[in-house]
Amino acid sequence: MLYRLYQPIFFVVALTLAAMASRAQEGEPIRVGVLHSLSGTMAISETTLKDTVLMLVEQQNARGGLLGRPLEAVVVDPASDWPLFAEKARELLVRERVDVVFGCWTSVSRKSVLPVFEELNGLLFYPVQYEGEESSQNVFYTGAAPNQQAIPAVDYLMNQGVQRWVLAGTDYVYPRTTNKILQAYLAQNGVAEDDILVSYTPFGHSDWQSIVAQIKRFGGAGKKTAVVSTVNGDANVPFYKELANQGISAADIPVIAFSVGEEELSGIDTAPLVGHLAAWNYFMSVEEDVNYDFIDEWLAYIGDDDRVTNDPMEAHYIGFNLWAAAVEKAGTADPSAVQEAIIGVSVPNLSGGMATMLPNHHITKPVLIGEILDDGQFQVVWETPAAVAGDAWSDYLPGSRNLMADWTDPVRCGNYSTEENRCLGAD
Amino acid sequence: MSSSPGNSPFLHRATIAFFLGLALWVPVANLLLPAESPLALSSYSVSLLGKYLCLALLALALDLLWGYAGLLSLGHGAFFALGGYAMGMYLMRQIGTRGVYGDADLPDFMVFLDWSELPWYWWGFDSFPFAMLMVLLVPGVLALVFGWLAFRSRVTGVYFSIMTQAMTYALMLAFFRNEMGFGGNNGLTDFKDLLGFDLHADSTRCALLVVTALTVLGSYMLCRRLLATRFGAVVTALRDQEGRVRFLGYSVASYKLVVFVLSAMLAGVAGALYVPQVGIINPGEFQPLNSIEIAIWVAVGGRGTLVGAMLGAFVIAAVETLLTAQFPEAWLFALGALFLLVTLFLPRGLLGLWERRGHG
Amino acid sequence: MFGTVAAYPRWSWWMSLGLFLAVSLGGWTRVTAQTVETSPSIPSLRELVNRLPEAQDEEARRALLMHIAAGGDAATERVFAALERGALYVDRRSRTVVEGSRKGSRYLLTDVLTGEALGEAGRRDVRRIPVDNRLRAELRTVQALGALEARDPTVRQAAISTLLGSSDPEVHKAFERRRGVEPEAALRSSLDVALAIFALGGHDPKAFSAALNTLEGRSEENVRTALRQFSARSDVLESQQVRAQRLLERAENRLRWLARLEALFFGLSLGSVLLLSAVGLAITFGVMGVINMAHGELIMLGAYTTWALQQLLPTQPGIALLLAIPTAFFVAGGVGLALERGVIRFLYGRPLETLLATFGISLILQQLVRSLFSPLNRSVSSPEWLAGAWEIVPGLALTYNRLAILGFSLLVFAALLSLMKYTRFGLQVRAVAQNRAMARALGVRSQRVDALTFALGSGVAGIAGVALTQLTNVGPNLGQAYIIDSFLVVVFGGVGNLWGTLVAAFSLGIANKALEPMVGAVLAKILLLIALILFLQRRPQGLFPRRGRQEEQG
Repeated sequence: MLYRLYQPIFFVVALTLAAMASRAQEGEPIRVGVLHSLSGTMAISETTLKDTVLMLVEQQNARGGLLGRPLEAVVVDPASDWPLFAEKARELLVRERVDVVFGCWTSVSRKSVLPVFEELNGLLFYPVQYEGEESSQNVFYTGAAPNQQAIPAVDYLMNQGVQRWVLAGTDYVYPRTTNKILQAYLAQNGVAEDDILVSYTPFGHSDWQSIVAQIKRFGGAGKKTAVVSTVNGDANVPFYKELANQGISAADIPVIAFSVGEEELSGIDTAPLVGHLAAWNYFMSVEEDVNYDFIDEWLAYIGDDDRVTNDPMEAHYIGFNLWAAAVEKAGTADPSAVQEAIIGVSVPNLSGGMATMLPNHHITKPVLIGEILDDGQFQVVWETPAAVAGDAWSDYLPGSRNLMADWTDPVRCGNYSTEENRCLGAD
Repeated sequence: MSSSPGNSPFLHRATIAFFLGLALWVPVANLLLPAESPLALSSYSVSLLGKYLCLALLALALDLLWGYAGLLSLGHGAFFALGGYAMGMYLMRQIGTRGVYGDADLPDFMVFLDWSELPWYWWGFDSFPFAMLMVLLVPGVLALVFGWLAFRSRVTGVYFSIMTQAMTYALMLAFFRNEMGFGGNNGLTDFKDLLGFDLHADSTRCALLVVTALTVLGSYMLCRRLLATRFGAVVTALRDQEGRVRFLGYSVASYKLVVFVLSAMLAGVAGALYVPQVGIINPGEFQPLNSIEIAIWVAVGGRGTLVGAMLGAFVIAAVETLLTAQFPEAWLFALGALFLLVTLFLPRGLLGLWERRGHG
Repeated sequence: MFGTVAAYPRWSWWMSLGLFLAVSLGGWTRVTAQTVETSPSIPSLRELVNRLPEAQDEEARRALLMHIAAGGDAATERVFAALERGALYVDRRSRTVVEGSRKGSRYLLTDVLTGEALGEAGRRDVRRIPVDNRLRAELRTVQALGALEARDPTVRQAAISTLLGSSDPEVHKAFERRRGVEPEAALRSSLDVALAIFALGGHDPKAFSAALNTLEGRSEENVRTALRQFSARSDVLESQQVRAQRLLERAENRLRWLARLEALFFGLSLGSVLLLSAVGLAITFGVMGVINMAHGELIMLGAYTTWALQQLLPTQPGIALLLAIPTAFFVAGGVGLALERGVIRFLYGRPLETLLATFGISLILQQLVRSLFSPLNRSVSSPEWLAGAWEIVPGLALTYNRLAILGFSLLVFAALLSLMKYTRFGLQVRAVAQNRAMARALGVRSQRVDALTFALGSGVAGIAGVALTQLTNVGPNLGQAYIIDSFLVVVFGGVGNLWGTLVAAFSLGIANKALEPMVGAVLAKILLLIALILFLQRRPQGLFPRRGRQEEQG
């Protein structure tokens, strides 16, 4: 009722905003928002991504900007505080009037800002692997969906003769969903329920004795056993240390991790970890010229030869270039136009292939399996023969089997039920 | 603390005027004034103000307990979060079939984690009055049980603080668990509307702010009135000389219990108002750090003054917004220094400073 | 699900290598023999190594590796070790194979045969020769087969353990050969077990019964697997099958008992960590009544001291670790002293204010470390003598690092206890704690005692940090993980009572580890916290109450 009363004023406000937007077209900078935690617990991972975006913006400006306009980065710090993410997203979109935002790491931060981006029709590029089960008109997922990381990783291990599986994870949504998907996938491939052990631990778990002993006993049943680890962040170091001390080497029971990358390894004594695996879409050790160029630029930008590159950085590299290409294609940085233009755009990734933005707002990615070496790098031991298209809705979860996302005509829906032939959740 | 600055009639009137003014001005500045007007308020600022008001209410709740009954709870964030979860559960149920899976019975996070039916403790949250009752009851009952056990054995001082901290820590771990059915680490989010009003509409946001401002004002008046009674006098006496009060035949435990429960309920209300305005509730709110931060708001503003606590919350939250935007590195340094300086040099907080100048 | 965008032929040979490695060992020796026979002249090791990058398919690679192994050159070991570590590179400029180690964005190259330095190379100049777990396992088998004949009996024992799981007939033959000449009785019995496992998998019914006799009382993983497979076979006598089943059950029963013992050790180990992190607090909080929320950060400082010393002595991590114990004591103790003189002494008698002020200090220390050393975790390595486990019997192995920390925690505790009990300083501390005015009247300089006591508690926290580097992350958040637990341990044990802290730490550790297998790690922790809160609400004085000056606070 209040709304009706104020409708005329809304109209006036909208008109002035539109006028300002059109004025912005002439030579004024295109504004790029950066929404990564620079303090608090997630600063460890996210600060690097902020620097990556700043580097990409600088490089684009050196190439003459976009549409003849320079780019201008706007950095805010959501301080690893999830409600603050929503607040800062609003600040970027309303106060700073940014045209695009690169940001977020944890799923909860993305969930927190999602309603804000949908309400204000912003653009968010999200660079981290996640649990899927989402496709928003306003978000572009440049990290891996479960079918671009977890499932190929399990395929690889099955080819290596693994018959028994430990699914060890930190108790939060990403491991829970990934493990649900993997359990369904393993069952489909004939793995008996007795051959799967699922184990959850709290955030920052530091006493792994019992769980490692349990894994050891579970692996002692005469079948080749592997651990699929969705253990998060800080809990990994004590986990690997305990594995090594209890004498579990990669040759006995390999651990394949989905959230341990080059940056995480830089804080670990990697000698006892050699041979354990990780599944990503990019490794710093990829031997391609385009990757070497990126590494050289990064080291020069950050001014420290000991720094590493990792998968989420590549995701931002791809996301930024996809966005830039879409802006060029649309001839404007207007979010709605970019949303339309970006679908089907392809740009090179850092492993020698191309990344294409799909109608479900996910991208195509190769899946690489790497083994940890004692210099903190990964040796790529396997790669999918072709790039894998990201799947927003898993085929292995009962609730989402019949869902698809397609942001092109005629569907235009992030959660379209192929069973009921309608867009779910619409009023 | 014979003449508490909170009792100064000038401050009292100014406080009332501030909250009433806020309630009147914000809708005008946000909805009526054109965006270019220097007095206009963006929707971003409205949600910021709304958040600060909720934190002020939380600080008020802690001041009632710490400033007057002398009990420092380091677990007040837990009551706040529980109130928030009760409101969040109602908002989740309001989503109905508009979730991504279009499931009428289950919230989205339950669908994709394969829950077959709604757990019993979610029953009834479709109803707004029931949810509001829970906003008061859940923190209230927890405080009642915890307080009854603690005060009966005369747990006081730092022991009470450490145990309340352990309580919020245990609750944090519990709410992080997905099997609890509260959405785990992601918590509850993607709310659509409240009592049929679209939460993303500016008008709803302003209305929520007005309700919050009036609730804070109401709670402030309630605390003030309560403290002015005989009951209040006993409670304050208890803080200063517990032994004598007990000797005089008062049931110390019951007085403490009443204040503790009331304070927990106020914190719950603050949480319930906070959730629709920030759009998310998750277990991070249970972090022991958050609860300690509340204590510092109260200490900075001046404890045992009510007004000071609210002022402290406002000032620190605003500084946080400013610093995290401008100098992210500096924020923890500033917060840490604040803790130190206030306890060492400003034992009576900002209001104490003001009062000293007033007298001098 | 898999859309086609690009293909990667580079990996095809590598995937086929995987296939090759799956082929049994018996196969390769034969192939080796052929290769050696057909090669016109015997190439040098260097020539063979340089052929590694050319070996594009499985056959060629396999032949080449075996060729290298068969050459028996003294440098073979070096080549294999480098290959196993993934340190072999092709220098793309000279097209030779070299050993490389990364240094920043450059590579230091050395000759793989001689170890002679060959200068630096950029990232683009080298290409790594890939290695994976299968290749490593293969290399290990080859090396173990050789080591079976080694002079050192411990090397031979290790080789037998490595080969124990294999079902390869070549290994079988090697075991039989070795059994005939092995002089050591212990090794002969290991070989007997290995041969019995082969016998159970074989087709000679006469050997079964003897094999089962040999395996009686054994519970190793490979033995159990052999028994399990044997009892599932359809072509053997039922009586023998029943016997195998019984042996298996007995072995599993034994393991279950050992698992309980193991859980007890895990509990003691967790208890020792709790004890170490809490015992400093038992002094500052328990004896002095100071609520030091920065206690966790003092632990963190101890951990960073260890890291810093390892940076100074990069080749001697063990010595650095030992040196870190006194250094961390003085670093953390010094910071503690400064805190007491600068802040805490103004707040005596106001415990809640102390709590807030020290919390502020903890935030500052955390951010300071973050700004000075980066928010990333620092890597602290473990010395050799702390790696691995002490296998008491098969199925029960206690890890050395945990054992060391358990012993160390008891040592620290005993030292503190005797300091408090038998020294003049300890007497003064207790005197001040019990009656400050009286102690002063008798000439105790109470301020000095306060400062030193606080420094002592802080220093012990620093020592705890040294121990924790062997278990967990060294990062700015290290201290926060332990602060709540530490306070609960001290309160649970009874404030002012060192023995209480000891009992509390170990009982909480054991209770946690007993609950964990039943309800999972998360719920175990929650249940324990609830139990602790309820206990303290009934008995706020904790397990062992003692009167001290902290009793005054209301």
